[in-house]
Amino acid sequence: MSLAYYPGCTLKTKARNLEEPAVASLQALGLELEEMSRWNCCGAAYSLADDDLIHQVAPVRNLVRVQELGKNRLVTLCAVCLNTLKRANLVMRDDGEKRNAVNSFMNEEPDYGGEVEVVHLLEVLRDDIGWQTLAERIKRPLRDMRLAPYYGCTLLRPRDVAIDSEQSPTILRKFIEALGAIPVDFPEFARCCGSYQVMSDPDGISEYARVILSSASSHGAEALVLTCPLCDYDLGRGQSELLKSDKDFRSMPLFYFTQLMALALGLGPEICHFELNHGDPESLLREKKLLS
Amino acid sequence: MSVKEEKQSQPQTGAEEPEGNSPGLIPVYVMGKRYEVPEGLTIMKAMEYAGYRFIRGCGCRGGTCGACGTVYRKPGDYKIQVALACQKTVEPDMYIAQMPFFPVNRAAYEFNELTSAPEDVFKLYPELFRCVACNACSKACPQGVEVMDAIAALKRGDISEAARLSFECIQCGLCTSRCFGELAQYHMFQLARRMYGARIVPRAEHLTDMVKVVNEGKYEDILEQLKGMKEEKLKKLYQEREAEPVSAGEDWTPKDKTYL
Repeated sequence: MSLAYYPGCTLKTKARNLEEPAVASLQALGLELEEMSRWNCCGAAYSLADDDLIHQVAPVRNLVRVQELGKNRLVTLCAVCLNTLKRANLVMRDDGEKRNAVNSFMNEEPDYGGEVEVVHLLEVLRDDIGWQTLAERIKRPLRDMRLAPYYGCTLLRPRDVAIDSEQSPTILRKFIEALGAIPVDFPEFARCCGSYQVMSDPDGISEYARVILSSASSHGAEALVLTCPLCDYDLGRGQSELLKSDKDFRSMPLFYFTQLMALALGLGPEICHFELNHGDPESLLREKKLLS
Repeated sequence: MSVKEEKQSQPQTGAEEPEGNSPGLIPVYVMGKRYEVPEGLTIMKAMEYAGYRFIRGCGCRGGTCGACGTVYRKPGDYKIQVALACQKTVEPDMYIAQMPFFPVNRAAYEFNELTSAPEDVFKLYPELFRCVACNACSKACPQGVEVMDAIAALKRGDISEAARLSFECIQCGLCTSRCFGELAQYHMFQLARRMYGARIVPRAEHLTDMVKVVNEGKYEDILEQLKGMKEEKLKKLYQEREAEPVSAGEDWTPKDKTYL
């Protein structure tokens, strides 16, 4: 079975280590992520201004393209793209006035009314494949790995686009369990990584990383599981700054959830592109005998 | 605007003209002024008929140089249309304005210092990320290039796709004139095609090999022989050559492989 798939720009450059293991893993699980033949940037951030409809055009155009492919469900992998596309979709579904304005502006495209369902890959794993099936397909369980699930903001907020409970999500915990690892809950699971503030305050970003990573560490995690390239950038950058400025700071590997899945499914480590990760993710994997 | 209006050569209105075999005259508006011009002319010829003389905004007159980008509108339609003045024939009541040049940012670079990584494009043209996918650019392209899709490809670092999608671009600049992100699409595409051609497309190794063979003199003797041959003998040789059959497949080769 093939699923219409929207990668997003970052996954084609800096975050190939998020995308490539995902596509390979889903193939190993018997599902094909079929990249849309035409797509544009999702907008990179959902515009919060109420009268800023021009910034809904980019995400909506992608949703029109999904319908052109004869599909009604779109799988996303980047947490920010998910958020942007899904929120724009709700505007088109629920707000008649804005729907008309966007449709009449984009009059070279067919009218769109929010018909496409936008989902995240984690939801495909939970709802289409199921944790039990995923667990049964694992060839190289991540035994004894203590992994902290980090959601960041955009998978869980705002509530009407959240893929799980905002206050007590379990989707990453169940994912980690299915891979045979030990989930380590910690209170900063959804604390903001600093987001785009890294642009205006590159140094200030380290403090966000300190709070999140030391919390995970003090709860016994050996590594953080991420879903978002922006979280990866901010935490990775913050962590390398902290290592320079603070002797007591202990760093930890940051993994995309898809890298861990590919590894656990027994796929070759080269598909995981660990060379694109911040810091040194491979020592821990060697220690756990998951890499030779 | 560098076209010059020559008032003394303005044509008379066509209402009283004898019909005969001459084509009818139709009204068009050039920069808001009404002229009657023969139907069937291109916009460029019609403007010349009306007395304009092009010293800019006109190049090859064959639809390939991109110098004569033109915008027009027709009565009863709010849509702005685009054309190349040398290609599009006039229609009654067209409102026409030429756009021979549009001032945009063209980044300066030393090509050999670029690595052809996506980041090179991002650094030279950071305004790339001002695109909101409004698609005004694609609608303004007289070549039918999917300009917005090519910009989307550049944003995700796919230089090959941007080069492929923009292959038909003739750099007229109409896309740029319509862009509210103020992107210089056609300059970005030219950079992408340069990068693609120089660094991404696979090199044709067999061409290098063949040039080496030629330089080593494989064909010198036969060329000298041919040069010295009498015309009759040369004709005979040509007529008796082993020609490739019309239905030959890709792997057809002649029996005599001396000069392959």
